[in-house]
Amino acid sequence: MAQALQRAMRDAMAEDPTVHVMGEDVGTLGGVFRVTDGLAKEFGEDRCTDTPLAEAGILGAAVGMAMYGLRPVVEMQFDAFAYPAFEQLISHVAKMRNRTRGAMPMPIVIRVPYGGGIGGVEHHSDSSEAYYMATPGLHVVTPATVEDAYGLLRAAIASDDPVVFLEPKRLYWSKSDWSPEAPAPVEPIGKAVVRRRGTGATLITYGPSVPVCLEAAEAAQAEGWDLEVVDLRSLVPFDDETVSASVRRTGRAVVVHESTGFGGPGAEIAARVTERCFHHLEAPVLRVAGFDIPYPPPMLERHHLPGVDRVLDAVARLQWEAGS
Amino acid sequence: MDSLQQRSSTVQEPPGAISDYRPTPPPAWQPRTDPAPLLPDTEPLRVLGTDAVADADPALLLRLYAELIRGRRYNTQATALTKQGRLAVYPSTTGQEAGEIAAALALEERDWLFPSYRDTLAAVARGLDPVQALTLLRGDWHTGYDPHEHRIAPLCTPLATQLPHAVGLAHAARLKGDDVVALAMVGDGGTSEGDFHEALNFAAVWQAPVVFFVQNNGFAISVPLAKQTAAPSLAHKAVGYGMPGRLVDGNDAVAVHQVLTEAVARARRGGGPTLVEAITYRIDAHTNADDATRYRAAGEVETWRAHDPILILERELTERGLLDEDGKRAAAEAAETMAADLRERMNADPVLDPMDLFSHVYAEQTTQLREQAAQLRAELEAEGEA
Ligand SMILES: Cc1ncc(C[n+]2csc(CCOP(=O)(O)OP(=O)(O)O)c2C)c(N)n1
Repeated sequence: MAQALQRAMRDAMAEDPTVHVMGEDVGTLGGVFRVTDGLAKEFGEDRCTDTPLAEAGILGAAVGMAMYGLRPVVEMQFDAFAYPAFEQLISHVAKMRNRTRGAMPMPIVIRVPYGGGIGGVEHHSDSSEAYYMATPGLHVVTPATVEDAYGLLRAAIASDDPVVFLEPKRLYWSKSDWSPEAPAPVEPIGKAVVRRRGTGATLITYGPSVPVCLEAAEAAQAEGWDLEVVDLRSLVPFDDETVSASVRRTGRAVVVHESTGFGGPGAEIAARVTERCFHHLEAPVLRVAGFDIPYPPPMLERHHLPGVDRVLDAVARLQWEAGS
Repeated sequence: MDSLQQRSSTVQEPPGAISDYRPTPPPAWQPRTDPAPLLPDTEPLRVLGTDAVADADPALLLRLYAELIRGRRYNTQATALTKQGRLAVYPSTTGQEAGEIAAALALEERDWLFPSYRDTLAAVARGLDPVQALTLLRGDWHTGYDPHEHRIAPLCTPLATQLPHAVGLAHAARLKGDDVVALAMVGDGGTSEGDFHEALNFAAVWQAPVVFFVQNNGFAISVPLAKQTAAPSLAHKAVGYGMPGRLVDGNDAVAVHQVLTEAVARARRGGGPTLVEAITYRIDAHTNADDATRYRAAGEVETWRAHDPILILERELTERGLLDEDGKRAAAEAAETMAADLRERMNADPVLDPMDLFSHVYAEQTTQLREQAAQLRAELEAEGEA
């Protein structure tokens, strides 16, 4: 996946000279996850820039660059190190279009490696999507496959609105048949996709939890449960259509994500599904999420992250009648 | 709208009067303080290898030596533990031991240390159990130690964010009438963060008893100092806030100890904060997970090895007849004992209770957490039975 993301930036930079990549260690080192590897060499340090170590400064400068017609793609090194930049993000990036009655769009992509499961120490595993989702003016997207990583990042860079691009860091090393020589067409932002067809219940998920849900769906088959898996890809805008159509077909739904449950993304999703599918639901919409605790130390993270068993438990709680 | 029109019309009327207009000259601008005494010297202070070393207390020299040897051994041991998978990650301070240790030793017991994520040696020099200093990096708990025990704030991973805390604590101590000083440590990269600037400004305005200690080891991960700042030195940054900036050779343990002791004393007697920049070098990569060959030349490392903090202190002690082979052996043995103990205790699997996940989120557990704790307990029981 890291390679697909890198390729997306490279293609965008080659096509459009206004695209600039910047952040901490993105140049010579190629980023701590090597996602920007080679860009500085190919496009020069003015197009792929090692900035001083200051997240508010990076994003604030990106605002000014966007005001002058550039399309900055900034990297926040880790989820929890984006927090110093929140003032710029919330007060300026998200609101500039609105404050200027549309005169000043903010075509900025904020790339954030996020989530756990890689044994990172403190402050290296947060899932911050709920904060971003709660801020009008931002798009929030997150790929779960190598193909989507390329397509979604191209779409994000092409977008005239700011996009918080959440990269599930435990999927950085995931592979597929995707070939960098024949990149897939760019997907528009805001479309969910059904990753697996099923009739018994819908697992609604995104990012790092997609592979977990697919695995759970396979495991469920042994018990006679036929599960559908919807990968949201985009949290804002939210694809109500794909999600509702799926839940109407299956009549049951579980939302799965690793960020905390209370006030988390699942709360919004469950409410929307209930509002739209109330008469089709055979059971309440359930949530399987991380516990409502600060992200745990690496030695305990497996107890926090929602795994296959917890997903299957929730499916069982949908008052399933075996064999139906 | 109306008042705007009125105002503009008064400015324009009567026509012709504009030529008679003479602005009142602004009051002559006066610098409020002469910045000269705040400016750092152009050369970093050195004591070892200069005449000034004659004044150094032999007991202090020997103490520093023993601690530096122990610190180096700690670094090599912790790095070895990463290779054995006993530690998730370790940011080594090999080559930087003098700054870490001499700075920590300049504090009195009642003072507070605010370390960054790299400053394990400073914490250990202050008395923290070597294993506890690694809890965070092993991954069994976040920080985990009790900050009150040795007056060490949690090792801070988000860069520069501990600096305002140091200012607040020092200020609070002064409000209470305690003569406590806070030492706040940060790397060269961290000085670019907004929190660094805000902390310095608060400290100077409040005249808080804080010493800011910047260890300039040349790099923030891969980014060299030249891409971090255009200032003549990081110590120069002090002047704009109204506090003195001091430059010191960070590999000269005696010089670091002297500059820090002066800054701490100044803070304690109500003289306000100081910004100290120690010039040093990171011999190892950023962490064991980093590939330093991508951004720096090997020759550079070799130049700095010749200015190794242990080497230059050892030379002084030997020349003065304070250290012989027996002395060296004794220091090495003491370090080895520490390393053996560290190795042994780190090789034991930590005993973890997953239920602790819910123990310290709130003073009193919320209903929500009690429910989740029950869920996990049931899962663990099922796991145990399976
Ligand atoms: C706010 C924040 N942004 C980014 C990081 C990621 N990071 C960890 S260490 C580091 C470099 C720090 O360099 P410096 O301040 O010079 O200290 P050194 O590592 O050299 O001791 C970076 C960018 C972080 N920890 N905190």
